[in-house]
Amino acid sequence: MATVLAPEIPAPGFSFENCQRNAFLAQKGFPAPRATKTGTTIVGIIYADGVILGADTRATEGPVVSDKNCEKIHYLAANMYCCGAGTAADTEMTTQSVASQLELQRLHLGRAIPVATASTILQRTLFRYQGHIGAALVLGGVDRTGPHIYCIYPHGSVDKLPYATMGSGSLAAMAVFEAGWKANMSEEEGKKLVRDAIAAGIFNDLGSGSNVDICVIPTTGPAKYLRTYEEANVKGKKQGNYRYPIGTTAVLRQRVIPLEVESVTVTPTQPMEVEPSSSRR
Amino acid sequence: MSILAYNGGAVVAMKGKDCVAIATDKRFGIQAQTVSTNFPKVYQMSPTLYVGLPGLATDTQTVFQRLKFRMNLYELKENRTMTPKTFSAMLSNLLYERRFGPYFVEPVIAGLDPITEKPYVCNMDLIGCPNEPEDFVVSGTCSEQLYGMCEALWEPNLGPDDLFETISQALVNAADRDAISGWGAVVYIIEKDKITEKHVKTRMD
Amino acid sequence: MLNVEGNFPEYAVPGAVQHRFEPYADNGGSVVAIAGDDYAVIGADTRLSTGYSIYTREQKKLFQLGARTVLGATGCWCDTLTLTRLLTARLQMYQHEHNKPMSTPAVAQMLSTMMYYKRFFPYYVSNVLAGLDAEGKGCVYSYDPIGHCERSNYRAGGSAGAQLQPLLDNQIGLKNMQNVEKVPFPKEKALALIKDVFISAAERDIYTGDSIYMLIITADGIQEEKFELRKD
Repeated sequence: MATVLAPEIPAPGFSFENCQRNAFLAQKGFPAPRATKTGTTIVGIIYADGVILGADTRATEGPVVSDKNCEKIHYLAANMYCCGAGTAADTEMTTQSVASQLELQRLHLGRAIPVATASTILQRTLFRYQGHIGAALVLGGVDRTGPHIYCIYPHGSVDKLPYATMGSGSLAAMAVFEAGWKANMSEEEGKKLVRDAIAAGIFNDLGSGSNVDICVIPTTGPAKYLRTYEEANVKGKKQGNYRYPIGTTAVLRQRVIPLEVESVTVTPTQPMEVEPSSSRR
Repeated sequence: MSILAYNGGAVVAMKGKDCVAIATDKRFGIQAQTVSTNFPKVYQMSPTLYVGLPGLATDTQTVFQRLKFRMNLYELKENRTMTPKTFSAMLSNLLYERRFGPYFVEPVIAGLDPITEKPYVCNMDLIGCPNEPEDFVVSGTCSEQLYGMCEALWEPNLGPDDLFETISQALVNAADRDAISGWGAVVYIIEKDKITEKHVKTRMD
Repeated sequence: MLNVEGNFPEYAVPGAVQHRFEPYADNGGSVVAIAGDDYAVIGADTRLSTGYSIYTREQKKLFQLGARTVLGATGCWCDTLTLTRLLTARLQMYQHEHNKPMSTPAVAQMLSTMMYYKRFFPYYVSNVLAGLDAEGKGCVYSYDPIGHCERSNYRAGGSAGAQLQPLLDNQIGLKNMQNVEKVPFPKEKALALIKDVFISAAERDIYTGDSIYMLIITADGIQEEKFELRKD
């Protein structure tokens, strides 16, 4: 029984407590606002020795750029990463939740989890929400059966492809892949192709922009997350000086709150002993 | 009209050299009618951590109370202050939990890490997608104007006094071009040994 | 409610869609104009776009209407073209009737009348007119789509107008600053400021970028200048 001292543990999962109120507001002419979207170009390819994922780094809220350098390649497990397009919060939270499920399963089974498992978990999650979770994903990884690229759509359908693109820049990027992709490319060739595909999205699609992020997952050895592989666009250099002389802003009143600087002794917490993720096969 | 612009208001936060600043306007209105000119949208969560919750005023207050409750529980359980990074994860989860019936607030977080004393700023959309840039974050009804100001004015390694001038000018000039923000402003400069709260003189129309 | 259609039109389920003729397009772009004592500068970005795609990276959006008059126009590009074509025709008729070119304030007034003439099916154009008036002083006129006209010394318009304007208020209008004296704003500073506000706008507005094309109007004539912006 719930008491003040021991309140009932709230039910897990989504809360719908505000839905009725928000529907009422919408009916009164105040529709719910848009969430941040990652306009996005995301891609993935299979090369001779694994997979390469790529993404741009722009997040938009309508016509305004809300994040110039966001991370769209999300960690799922040591042997797989996942690029996300669509509603930014959805891609972020869905991949986080799946990463946690995969790690639990790895600890439970004591071996590396195949990429197909991640694909199935994502597919089931998204299908359950009938497309209301607006996540379009490119999942890439390697396991004992080799390298895999999956395309997962917001409604839960899945494509298994040797090269894939998603997001608003997907056509620009796919044009590059259709022209340049071939089987058994070397790592350097693959990285170059992925860079070109993302750059095509960055420059030709207004929803994509800023830098190129790349993640190489070889079948041999650990994944290499190359954050800001290339800074495709830099901010222009300011001509003028916009520093104000002190006292420019009129202050009505002010208050200084001194803080006691506490000396803190930190006892390093012992890391929980788990199997190292490197032993994945 | 968007429900986020029902009451009006704006918040901006900037990183400086060993300090952060967060600033808010003081208007509370119902659409075009100004009701109060003493309604800052920034709250202190811990000694060096502030959160700004511009948006629908009822949700501003509800989310603040829920945050305070969760934060108190954390501090009782863990017997330590929450780091800004943990705080934003908590807020992000609180908002995403209501993914299909969101609170209409777009939060801004500014603080110094209690251990490392590193500056931290972060903002989120209304369903909790975090954005942690190296320079500044903006939110509220005049976010476009704030983006324009901050992109031009902000530079790295501003000291507390320079940071105050920069953030105040950014907020005040942006709010002057928005009909439902302004009517006074408060700026908090957070340093490791003190917090300075300054009430800035602005147009009152 | 946050639905898939709203959040993710690329993957929306095709269903019953009401089709109707959309007479307007938004082709983006921004204009900034600054007037000084003996000059006026006007700059516009050169990106022409629609939705998430770019039509061209080198579209000049400034129209020289007279020896001392330049119009910057953004919004629906087809309306811009039609409006400027009619404007030049009217200016030519004026020249032939009166045997003199039209002054900038007169062009400004005529533009307002031509815009209001289309009160119930407006030109979807954000206009900023810059030039020198009869005394040789710089002037800037800004408009709403149905012909409201206002003279000022500085103005930003177009897709990033909201982002550009507050900095102009602050730097030229010297708003919200103590201990500053009002001195005439020099031409070189005006040019630098236009570049800086566009650098900021290109960072945050997806419809502004590629480069800026600027025209500097003085008693000696009109000079042009180009400045590169980011291309993403």
